[in-house]
Amino acid sequence: MNYQFNWAIVLTGEYADWIVSGLYVTLKVSGLSIVLAFALGTIIAVFRMAHFRPLRWIALAYTEFFRNTPLLVQIYFWYFGSDPLFPESIKKWLYAGDFSFAAGVIALSVYTSAFIAEEIRSGIFSIPKTQLEASRAVGLSFIQAMRYVILPQAFRIIIPPLISQFLNLIKNSSLVMAIGVMELTYQARQIESYAFRAFEAFTVVTCIYIAISLVVSLTITQYNKHFLRIIKY
Amino acid sequence: MHWGVVIRNFEYFLVGAWPAGPMGGLLMSILLALGGIFGAFWLGLIFGLMRMSRNTWVRLPALVYIEIIRGTPLLLLIFWFYFLAPVVFGRTLPSFQSSLIAFIIFTGAYIAEIVRAGVMALPKGQMEAARGAGLTHVQAMRYVILPQSLRNMIPSFVNQFVSLTKDTSLASLIGVNELMLTADQVNNRELTAPMEIFITVAVLYFIVCYVLTSASRRLERQLARYQARGR
Repeated sequence: MNYQFNWAIVLTGEYADWIVSGLYVTLKVSGLSIVLAFALGTIIAVFRMAHFRPLRWIALAYTEFFRNTPLLVQIYFWYFGSDPLFPESIKKWLYAGDFSFAAGVIALSVYTSAFIAEEIRSGIFSIPKTQLEASRAVGLSFIQAMRYVILPQAFRIIIPPLISQFLNLIKNSSLVMAIGVMELTYQARQIESYAFRAFEAFTVVTCIYIAISLVVSLTITQYNKHFLRIIKY
Repeated sequence: MHWGVVIRNFEYFLVGAWPAGPMGGLLMSILLALGGIFGAFWLGLIFGLMRMSRNTWVRLPALVYIEIIRGTPLLLLIFWFYFLAPVVFGRTLPSFQSSLIAFIIFTGAYIAEIVRAGVMALPKGQMEAARGAGLTHVQAMRYVILPQSLRNMIPSFVNQFVSLTKDTSLASLIGVNELMLTADQVNNRELTAPMEIFITVAVLYFIVCYVLTSASRRLERQLARYQARGR
């Protein structure tokens, strides 16, 4: 193996700027997607527990379909094939801006929301039923019981899996490079094809991803240590 | 709507140009996933057991491997093996082989964690009783712990296989001719029906994955009945 390493080329100058801008785009895509995914996921989880059956079926079909198809197919679908789905006004707004970015965010949020919905549902189910019964017996309405008794406990349980979903989302966001969003993996490929420095570029980018994931898993561990102790059944 | 495009190319989606030409499509995806899970099982078993070792020098490499792989996006890993082969071996590796290696190494880390969780989930008494009966640690693992825990892990393996099947779509980005790439090819050739094509491909993936997921759920319920429990 006679390969001359040249770290300086990746760590300074233009290529370093590319990596930094890639990191920024990765964080922007993931940050935006996690917010949307959480909102969508909460709605789907509520649908999943509704008394009205068709709502439950819709939510079930949604979670099963999006969890059992590859993210890349979904990204391509939103990017190439979603044209007939949007009304004219939304289309105009989407196409005026950066459409590949928008398609990537939509695909990532829809995909992740299916997973988040399941986490939220299982979190709520993990609270013993007696809690709801007791709070109803004390005189709270269903909504009040949910709002003041069940959800505050459930969210505490849901937070660690939610954070790891966020971590998955950051890693999954590398796929949007396939439709030309210039995030971290895209920039690594870019440096590879401009400078033939695959090893250095991929090493730096891999280290960034690993650093992010280590920080996130440390957060979960700390969280578990401090907060989960309090909850006992 | 242009569903005619899909109907004309449906066989191409399923098997590619096979048997007259190169294999592709869904068949290729499934082959990739099967090869990947087979290799990953052995790799994951070895590293999962190493991860539980009391010897730091055995445990540490496994820990580093698992943490690094689980912190890296699969796509990046696929690029690693694809672009590094020329540097390391001096010649390019075919995209099928290099993506298969990436899948094995990636899934192996997740299987190692499944193996660890499965072994830890068994009641401690099993190991103690086996040791008490005169087996060595290795014998106890081989004849008492692993046969039980591996059986309990089957649903998790199936789930891992499902996510690997979905992940094989990433191999299209380095040019492996599997379902995703055939879809992309047909889309580029026809240009008229992207929505129909990608919906069809999504449904094809969905059928495979959903059948397996449901099977694993049923299996999980069945296996739960025959478990050794701690008190």
